[in-house]
Amino acid sequence: MAEVTLTIDNEKVSAREGQNLLQVIREQGIDLPTLCHLDGLSERGGCRLCVVEVEGSSRLAASCVTAVREDMRVTTASDRLLRYRRMLVELLFAERNHVCSVCVMNGNCELQSLATRFGVDHLRYEPLYPRLPTDASHEKYTIDHNRCVLCARCVRVCDEVEGVHTLDIMGRGVSSRIINDLNQPWRASRTCTACGKCVQVCPTGALYIKETLSAHVEKRPDLPRRIVDARKKRVWNS
Amino acid sequence: MSSTPSGKIRLATVWLSGCSGCHMSFLDLDEQLLELNEHIQLVHGPLVDRKDFPPEVDVVLVEGAVNNEEQKEMAGILREQSRIVVALGDCAVTGNVPAMRNGLPVKNLLESVYPVEGGHEPPGLSSGSEVPRLLPAALPLHAVVPVDVFLPGCPPHARTIGSALKALLKGERVVLEQGMCRFG
Amino acid sequence: MNREELESLALGERERASRFSCRFLCCAGTPCLSAGGAAVRKALEKAVEGKNGNSSVEVMGTGCVGPCSRGPLVTVVTPGEEEHTYEKVTPQAVPEIVEAHLEKGVEAASVPSTVSRDSSFFTKQQKIVLETSERIDPERLESYVAQGGYSALARALEDMTPEEVCEELVTSGLRGRGGAGYPTGIKWKQVRGAQGERKFVVANGDEGDPGAYMDRTLMESDPHRILEGMAIAAYAVGAEQGFVYVRGEYPLAAERLGKAIRAAERQGLLGDDILGSSFSFRIRIRMGAGAFVCGEETALMASIMGRRGQPVPRPPYPAQRGLWNAPTLINNVETFGSVPPVISRGGDWYSRWGTDKSKGTKIFALAGKVCQTGLIEVPMGITLREIVFDIGGGIPGGGAFKAAQTGGPSGGCIPASHLDTPMDYESLQELGSIIGSGGLIVMDESSCMVDVARFFMEFCMDESCGKCTPCRSGTVQMVRLLEKIKGGRASAHDLEKLEELCELLKATSLCGLGQTAPNPVLSTIRHFRHEYEAHIEDRHCPAGVCSMPH
Ligand SMILES: Cc1cc2nc3c(=O)[nH]c(=O)nc-3n(C[C@H](O)[C@H](O)[C@H](O)COP(=O)(O)O)c2cc1C
Ligand code: SF4
Ligand code: SF4
Ligand code: SF4
Repeated sequence: MAEVTLTIDNEKVSAREGQNLLQVIREQGIDLPTLCHLDGLSERGGCRLCVVEVEGSSRLAASCVTAVREDMRVTTASDRLLRYRRMLVELLFAERNHVCSVCVMNGNCELQSLATRFGVDHLRYEPLYPRLPTDASHEKYTIDHNRCVLCARCVRVCDEVEGVHTLDIMGRGVSSRIINDLNQPWRASRTCTACGKCVQVCPTGALYIKETLSAHVEKRPDLPRRIVDARKKRVWNS
Repeated sequence: MSSTPSGKIRLATVWLSGCSGCHMSFLDLDEQLLELNEHIQLVHGPLVDRKDFPPEVDVVLVEGAVNNEEQKEMAGILREQSRIVVALGDCAVTGNVPAMRNGLPVKNLLESVYPVEGGHEPPGLSSGSEVPRLLPAALPLHAVVPVDVFLPGCPPHARTIGSALKALLKGERVVLEQGMCRFG
Repeated sequence: MNREELESLALGERERASRFSCRFLCCAGTPCLSAGGAAVRKALEKAVEGKNGNSSVEVMGTGCVGPCSRGPLVTVVTPGEEEHTYEKVTPQAVPEIVEAHLEKGVEAASVPSTVSRDSSFFTKQQKIVLETSERIDPERLESYVAQGGYSALARALEDMTPEEVCEELVTSGLRGRGGAGYPTGIKWKQVRGAQGERKFVVANGDEGDPGAYMDRTLMESDPHRILEGMAIAAYAVGAEQGFVYVRGEYPLAAERLGKAIRAAERQGLLGDDILGSSFSFRIRIRMGAGAFVCGEETALMASIMGRRGQPVPRPPYPAQRGLWNAPTLINNVETFGSVPPVISRGGDWYSRWGTDKSKGTKIFALAGKVCQTGLIEVPMGITLREIVFDIGGGIPGGGAFKAAQTGGPSGGCIPASHLDTPMDYESLQELGSIIGSGGLIVMDESSCMVDVARFFMEFCMDESCGKCTPCRSGTVQMVRLLEKIKGGRASAHDLEKLEELCELLKATSLCGLGQTAPNPVLSTIRHFRHEYEAHIEDRHCPAGVCSMPH
């Protein structure tokens, strides 16, 4: 594959044609924040945390859905970008009921740690406090919509890796919601194989295994990557 | 920063709708409290036997969300009479657990807490009863009055409180240590 | 059918029309129909029954005439005599009109008043796309053919190579009428040049801007024109399958398009071996289901493919990878409607209208506080003043013009100080607005600009698809901030927060909806900052619209 040369944060970097910017940026050891991206799943480009500045373009580029180009000049952490990322995290917190103190993922949550990382010490936006249900009908798993950030990792892993597409999103805008099949209780799902992949990739406390204690939840967001690699390369590294 | 004749900082603490965990965390400063005591005069709060909020407070630590009329009034008073208002802990910062009731109709909520004989309205539904009227929603402190410093955490770590107070004593801006700025 | 047969069909239809001693043309567009047009037409049909031997009188439905608020409109055409267009016609007035024209003489008709064709509402317009609209029965193919319909397609197929067709479009300077104004010829060339075993052509008729109805009118009035434009495009780019995506709330447009497709297929103007050539092209209709975002091209394609109507990041652009990963040409229906005249009369001819960079004509839906609302087609570069005061007849009740909103929820307002701005893509962009798809809402002093901004922001909030964080969550916060300002509860700090959110949405949203949602806010702040400040500092709404605390 052809090589391309680009500049990331003033460093000359070479990459393979067809790679996306996010991959290349991370290969440089830069910890670009993401939420909806997950290795092994298709890119969604929804959370917008991975936006970067590309010289010559007035609009920011979501690096997960931007292909590398020869001579691209990329900035990953200007003041403006940091400010935007912080705003995005605040917006996510304000949107649902993220009561970290009583959440099973307290301490292991990706949203919580993004807030810490960006120094979010309070929310400048009015919390919406939506009334949202929790579906605990499944034998093993619970989905608590109060904690969902609509990253659709669960939807993608269920469709692309498990191959059953039990999960999807209904509604639109701020009333979007993850559903099982045609918006049935999870237990009633005829397609769910109870594989638990959705739970493992969920970045927050929205999906969890029942009866897990707060702060004892550990998820395996590396699962899709490992499964996909295992299938492709026929090797399984546990 | 010094304002009392003794050169001590006038510190107040206020307990709104919270579990008192933030106050406990403050007490968890343990021996550092003795050190702080050199520079601080505690003028008001659950740890002090004084009913009204005194004037000319330098720093007030506020625990808890603003949940009812009385607390809303209190928030106004403490803002008026203090130089620096600190939102202490997640309830004061975001509404946290007390805000989980937001969106539920206040009447239903009160009726399930205070069972009343048919026809009577539960206490706390309107002003004037012995129970202060519950606000339609529990609010973070900064939704009611301007707040100068936010110390998130449920509760904020004693170290967070300690270092924030130290900075304030020196008249410096509070900068939370990496990792100390955390919800939950 | 071949070219000669097409010509003889046209001739036959023209002859048929000329045999009538009197023709009653009833506008059959949605505005006239909803004002009672169908009953008027029935009454006309009944009234002419038996009169003058019946056969020499025709009552027919037509496309849109323009002054939509004055419907039902009936135009009476008598050979050798002046035409009369009656406005606000009721079934009760019909016998008198009929009698006047068939028996007593025109002066006798006193009940409904007539629309003067000499008024500047008509004379200032330049109708190219709508040229034949009010002469065509949208439900009859022959009627379109009689006005020269499908001759452009015949010309393209017989006399031009696909490359030449693309080149003609480039020469015309036509730019997309769906909002962004992308040069049409260049887009066609891109699709033509894209690699793919099959290609698609899509007409975007999802029109969702509040107050806009240009595309609905075009689909209802002149459906064959769009089909012809699409067929020419398909020939130019090498596609065999097309879709018209019709907004779900436009059943009449879909019905007429459906009829038109069937008629065109029967006549060999669509389907296999069109007009005797080896070119084949089929068109299907897809109905929207009430989501504004499905007008965005990637969401629209997802919807056509039966997926959730949500945008996906571009690139790849539809021209590279669109429907089922095949190169896809998407144009707005008005863009397609402009194609037949470009081909039949030439790109040079078309580019005579307009400005340096914005060629041709544009249809606007003129609405709001203006004496004459309706659907108008004007040369690009006409000033806003001419539109509002000459065509629109000024502000009713002697009120003062305050601003005009163009581009709907993605656009902005143009204040009185810029009334002499030419209406072209570049000038409006400089002012912080856009031409957009053609909605044009005139406001007088009774409009509060904060309220206007809130209206559009709420629209964007309701229509946000929810895929990306800034638009999904940011629009909600912006509506709340605007409501706070409207309610006299905001501080200067809230205005800063609002502006910062505008910046965030513009810079980070995934699709055009979120990226342009801040425009109405930004442009009202830019031109009417004092109104925001009055709400915030003085707790006062200058227009008296917002209720303030005492
Ligand atoms: C939120 C959104 C809504 C849109 N709605 C429409 C629409 O209703 N009709 C339309 O033609 N274009 C609409 N567009 C523009 C289309 O994405 C696309 O650019 C256009 O159909 C291309 O045609 P054109 O080049 O002829 O303008 C919309 C874009 C966005 C971002
Ligand atoms: S448990 Fe597996 S099959 Fe069931 S919804 Fe989750 S990912 Fe899909
Ligand atoms: S449930 Fe979890 S994985 Fe699924 S969209 Fe919500 S936050 Fe993302
Ligand atoms: S900008 Fe709005 S409409 Fe567009 S993808 Fe994002 S959420 Fe959806």
